[in-house]
Amino acid sequence: MEVERYEIPSPHEIDVAEGLKINSLMAASQQPIPDPDKWLDEEIRRNVLITTVDYVLDWARSRSIFPLMFGLACCAFEMIGTATSRFDIARFGMDIFRWSPRQADLMIVAGTLTWKMAPAVKLVYEQMAEPKWVIAMGQCTISGGPFRESYSVVPGINRIIPVDVYVPGCPPRPEGLIHGIRKIHEKIVKESIKKA
Amino acid sequence: MTTALIGEQIAKEITEVFPDAVVAADKAAVVVTSKSLYQVAEFLKNAPALDFDYLTNLTAVDYVDYFEVVYHLISLKHNCSLVLKTRCHDRDRPVVPSVVNLWRSADFQEREAYDLMGIIFDGHPNLKRLLLWEGFVGHPLRRDYL
Amino acid sequence: MTIKTEPFILNMGPQHPSTHGVFRMRVTLDGEVVVDVEPVIGYLHRGIEKMGENRTYTQIIPLTDRLDYVASMTNNFAYVLAVEKLAGLEVPERAEYLRIIMAETMRIASHLMAVGFFLNDLGAMMTPVLYMWREREKLLDLYEMVCGQRLTYNYMRIGGVSQDVPEEFLPALKRFVAEMPGFIDEYDQLLSQNEVLLARTKGVCILPRDTAINTAASGPVLRASGVKWDLRKADTYSIYDRFDFDVPVGTVGDCYDRYWVRMQEMRQSVRILEQAIAQLPEGEVCARVPHLLRPPIGEVYGHIEAPRGELGFYLVSDNSIAPYRFHIRPPTLINLTALKDMVIGWKVADLIITFGSIDVCLGEIDR
Repeated sequence: MEVERYEIPSPHEIDVAEGLKINSLMAASQQPIPDPDKWLDEEIRRNVLITTVDYVLDWARSRSIFPLMFGLACCAFEMIGTATSRFDIARFGMDIFRWSPRQADLMIVAGTLTWKMAPAVKLVYEQMAEPKWVIAMGQCTISGGPFRESYSVVPGINRIIPVDVYVPGCPPRPEGLIHGIRKIHEKIVKESIKKA
Repeated sequence: MTTALIGEQIAKEITEVFPDAVVAADKAAVVVTSKSLYQVAEFLKNAPALDFDYLTNLTAVDYVDYFEVVYHLISLKHNCSLVLKTRCHDRDRPVVPSVVNLWRSADFQEREAYDLMGIIFDGHPNLKRLLLWEGFVGHPLRRDYL
Repeated sequence: MTIKTEPFILNMGPQHPSTHGVFRMRVTLDGEVVVDVEPVIGYLHRGIEKMGENRTYTQIIPLTDRLDYVASMTNNFAYVLAVEKLAGLEVPERAEYLRIIMAETMRIASHLMAVGFFLNDLGAMMTPVLYMWREREKLLDLYEMVCGQRLTYNYMRIGGVSQDVPEEFLPALKRFVAEMPGFIDEYDQLLSQNEVLLARTKGVCILPRDTAINTAASGPVLRASGVKWDLRKADTYSIYDRFDFDVPVGTVGDCYDRYWVRMQEMRQSVRILEQAIAQLPEGEVCARVPHLLRPPIGEVYGHIEAPRGELGFYLVSDNSIAPYRFHIRPPTLINLTALKDMVIGWKVADLIITFGSIDVCLGEIDR
């Protein structure tokens, strides 16, 4: 019985290929992606026929978001702190932090993003199914934070993925993150009704 | 309390065994030539009175004329410490022998010095970039980088 | 008929539940048995060493906070000790005691996290973490009373600490120290004789003593392998020589010993805290140091016993307001050198818990 041997690329080749990917992403991300913020200005115009169904759908969707744990650095510990019993994110229905992007709606990026990590963030974002939202938690994700001048830090994750809510702080308190999550709830309700 | 051994005394002991290894010695540190670095390090590790078996820290500093690689050694048995240094005057291709075979803790630290400073460690089994990605141009911690 | 098997490379990528941060391993597996491990790091490399060359000595203190973000006070402590050694400064008594109190409470908080997430990796999904977070929240409340921050404190200054503790700090600390041994007993009762823990960690992934010394492991990893080397006793810094405490040393060097050493260190930290509270004097909390400090030309290597190992700072000064070279000796990067030795021949599940027992923090590996 013949078995086909497949070629495992050597670690050096893998490194070189990834380096090329990072360099090309760096070259392509010179301008920030504009924020999807049309929902702030729109008024809610209700269509009588489908209002009740829509209302129930939005309520269900916003009250049981599955967050994706994308803790990179120090802000991850405040995110874990929000999930523990004192600040209790489970009362908003966001109990289980999913680790697989296929099972999550909300990506909470917490911590400094470097250019080496950027292709991984983009890949994980693209693997999430629509509808999806992104919270940028902490100064490092908003603008690069205290490390903005460094040679290897992305100055704000909105260069790589579109961001819905920014939560400032270094690190933001758990109450701040919960405030950001309430804003996401508002956004989901307004946006979905408009889409109908 | 860890006694910090005086550089001049250790320089005398090294000069007895390797006559032209020591370049300079002051109260804190011993500077040796990069050619004799491996033999001096082996002597410091194996000599019964010295017994330096713990390499705490391996750093590289960029003084504009030369690169300096600094080794902080500790002897757990005798509870004393020493600073060993070596210099490298070639800016385009600085080469220093690697001490990975003596102290395995030098593995990642030498890779980091290569990555950020550009110093090539002769004899390291896997000298490639550690913290930055393959394809990054330049060595960031040099004084003339941006 | 012979079945051909061949090794394949599994990528445990930067986004992974058990990698304690953005750490990547390329694992070569033969079936389920690990043949080779190659750690790939640098996903959090922020260039702190380069940034340190452009900032004054006091402006670097907030940067050092973000190195080992689980135990920020000890990073500050190591850095200000190194600068004081370089510049030859004296620290007032009350400041020394306050620093020791902060360092030891930070050690307890960090070990709580280490043990909690180690058990998380073993499969006890978040329950030990939630129990241990209860105590950590009490400590974070204490820190908030003192400096206003929960995670990255920026509390220590060159020459002392930044401000004195308020009145409600000491009663709250005394209450915490009185309750803590009871809580550690509770964790011991629930965990240390647990069948699953014993079966999965006893005798698993042993780090022999000689390898530990050769790869310059430090902290609980070194002590679990039987080497009695603790910088608080061997190279005493600050005022640790006034306190009476033991150094727990393991015997075999397996995962269970690394867990056990951390539990015992928490008890010893409580002992130090009781003595420090009893001896706390009055006085000022910071020496008079010029704002733009210019240390004399020279270099220094200052190291302390951080919860994860030996954290060292190497500073070269050329008599200007910013250091010429600022290098950080990360304990966990050097502890990781031994990972390959520990894991080869064991299975993937053992790799995960060994990595958890080394207790890494990516902020200081990548700097």
